[in-house]
Amino acid sequence: MQLNIFIMIVLVIASIWTVMTRSLLRAGIGLALVSVILAIVMFRLNSPLAAVFELSVCAGLISVLFVSVISLTQPYSQQEIADRMKSMFTRFKYLPIIVVIVGLVMFFMKFRPDLTLPVPQAEGDVRNILWNFRQIDLIGQVIILLCGVFAVVVLFKEIRKNAR
Amino acid sequence: MHAESLTLLWPFLIFVTMLFIIGIYCMLATYNLIRALIGIEILIKGVTILLIVVGYITNNVALTQALVITLIVIEAVVVAVAVGVVLGIHTHKNSLDIRNIRNLKG
Repeated sequence: MQLNIFIMIVLVIASIWTVMTRSLLRAGIGLALVSVILAIVMFRLNSPLAAVFELSVCAGLISVLFVSVISLTQPYSQQEIADRMKSMFTRFKYLPIIVVIVGLVMFFMKFRPDLTLPVPQAEGDVRNILWNFRQIDLIGQVIILLCGVFAVVVLFKEIRKNAR
Repeated sequence: MHAESLTLLWPFLIFVTMLFIIGIYCMLATYNLIRALIGIEILIKGVTILLIVVGYITNNVALTQALVITLIVIEAVVVAVAVGVVLGIHTHKNSLDIRNIRNLKG
């Protein structure tokens, strides 16, 4: 459990770095790092299938999308980026202080944390639950994926038309 | 939820709250659309951790894994559509600053 807490601390630090880093590209890579650490937490909490999904989709696909959109949209010169980042840093400088204060306040609240997690008992198979008990979720996923595909096709078609 | 479960959940709840603060602060403090998207992503990561930890503590890991897989699929679609919208805005305005896209504001 102490190792879980240590990994969660690393996760929060990586998130703060992702938000506060000056380069957008580094922010995208930081988001992938956050996903990898989250996948480690999932593996440790007995959720391997969700961890594999997190690792492949969030750390892989979404990072590629972010890096692509960042490289496609760089309208400023390096000097302009540096100037903008200075003002951004002044806006974000209170974030670590707020996060640490909230963490300390919650730590010293009346609940004493128990650092021993229960041993997981035998539970239903995730495939069985997903296919037999959560079929509506699967239908929803298919509908959302189709909507996403249509939305992306329409948006990119419009961009291409405007580019001409 | 039992008091014992809440005691087990509490350390993780602290970190989930921190992630929520980071995500909301990122969305509020930035003027860049891509950074706002990153803030949304961090909020979703917080929800994912909360689901996984609650499933572990209440011994419903399979059910929460199914929910997390659904959440990840929705997250990927949201990001793909948002990236398309960001690219469209960049094509029209040649900028990713949210102060330049307030045409619909009353």
